[in-house]
Amino acid sequence: MTAAAQIAAWPDQLFDALKRGGIAQVGYVPDAGHARLIERCRADPQIRDVALTTEEEGVALAAGAWLGGARCALLMQSSGLGNCVNMLSLPRACRLPVLMLVTMRGEWEEFNPWQVPMGSIVEPVLRQCEAEVYRVRKPDEAPGIAERAVQQAFGDERIVAVLLSQELIGKKVWVK
Amino acid sequence: MSLPRRQAMAALTTGRGEDLLVVPGLGSTAWDLAAAGDDDRNFYLWGAMGGAAMIGLGLALAQPQRRVAVITGDGEMLMGLGSLATIGAQRPPNLAVIVFDNQAYGETGGQPSHTGAGVDLVGVARSCGVATCLDVMDETGLADLARRLTALRETLFARVLIDREEPPRVLPLRDGITLKQRFRAALGVGA
Repeated sequence: MTAAAQIAAWPDQLFDALKRGGIAQVGYVPDAGHARLIERCRADPQIRDVALTTEEEGVALAAGAWLGGARCALLMQSSGLGNCVNMLSLPRACRLPVLMLVTMRGEWEEFNPWQVPMGSIVEPVLRQCEAEVYRVRKPDEAPGIAERAVQQAFGDERIVAVLLSQELIGKKVWVK
Repeated sequence: MSLPRRQAMAALTTGRGEDLLVVPGLGSTAWDLAAAGDDDRNFYLWGAMGGAAMIGLGLALAQPQRRVAVITGDGEMLMGLGSLATIGAQRPPNLAVIVFDNQAYGETGGQPSHTGAGVDLVGVARSCGVATCLDVMDETGLADLARRLTALRETLFARVLIDREEPPRVLPLRDGITLKQRFRAALGVGA
């Protein structure tokens, strides 16, 4: 198998779902698992990519976008969810859509133990924040779940998180 | 020198034009905006501390034909200081971030904020790449800021030094869903 053939299809499928869903803004804190999707968003002239200094900025960005009639998606790593918790009061109090695509760390062959404390509580924290939570474990689940998540976030004006399992993303390679 | 906060808010919002959308921070700036006159195009915050400027950014990017003014307090801005870096990198031409600075946390008993200890918000905004950065300390400066807001063409940041006073609270609507719905309806977006 060539190197090119080994490139996973799911980031492009997530991108296609965002495009079909009319996403106009994408806020993100850079993450290795999201590298391909960030690259696709940055290359698209119809998407305004907004690099954030911290993920909670993204929750406020998404709120402002929706107030102005635009759809915003957020890309973050599991550790970033912890940075969002109080700001999620805003979409909860005002019933605003927040679509989060979250790359998971700390759950599968994790090399770095510092990723485990936040990674292990992402799901319960999201549920306590009244978010709808989906899991993508296998590549072929990505397109369908992404489609549903986009529809639910903006159709129902809800917080929807798609958790991309670490087994899907693959182990972080520590040796260059 | 410093300015009365209600006078400052009135100078920025009276006769504001239909294209001006205003996001105040939680607390005193929300009361100031309500005192200046309710408007469907005000999105009052009752929480989300540190988020006002980023709400303004999302809104400004979504509504490039309208002007967006975030008018918040020094404590609220300090909590979201990183958003000035994000805004400096994005540079939306229709966004103004205006900080009413009394160097104190007025809602919680007047505890001193970092700005009183020398943290220079105008310098922060400038070093983040915000195009126009103003320090407003008197009526002449306030009138200049109001003119620039009316003819907003590049990202603007202003610190307005205000008096350390607590005018009577004027409480705006506090139901978030109602605030959202009337705001979007006024802009003609969504149902």
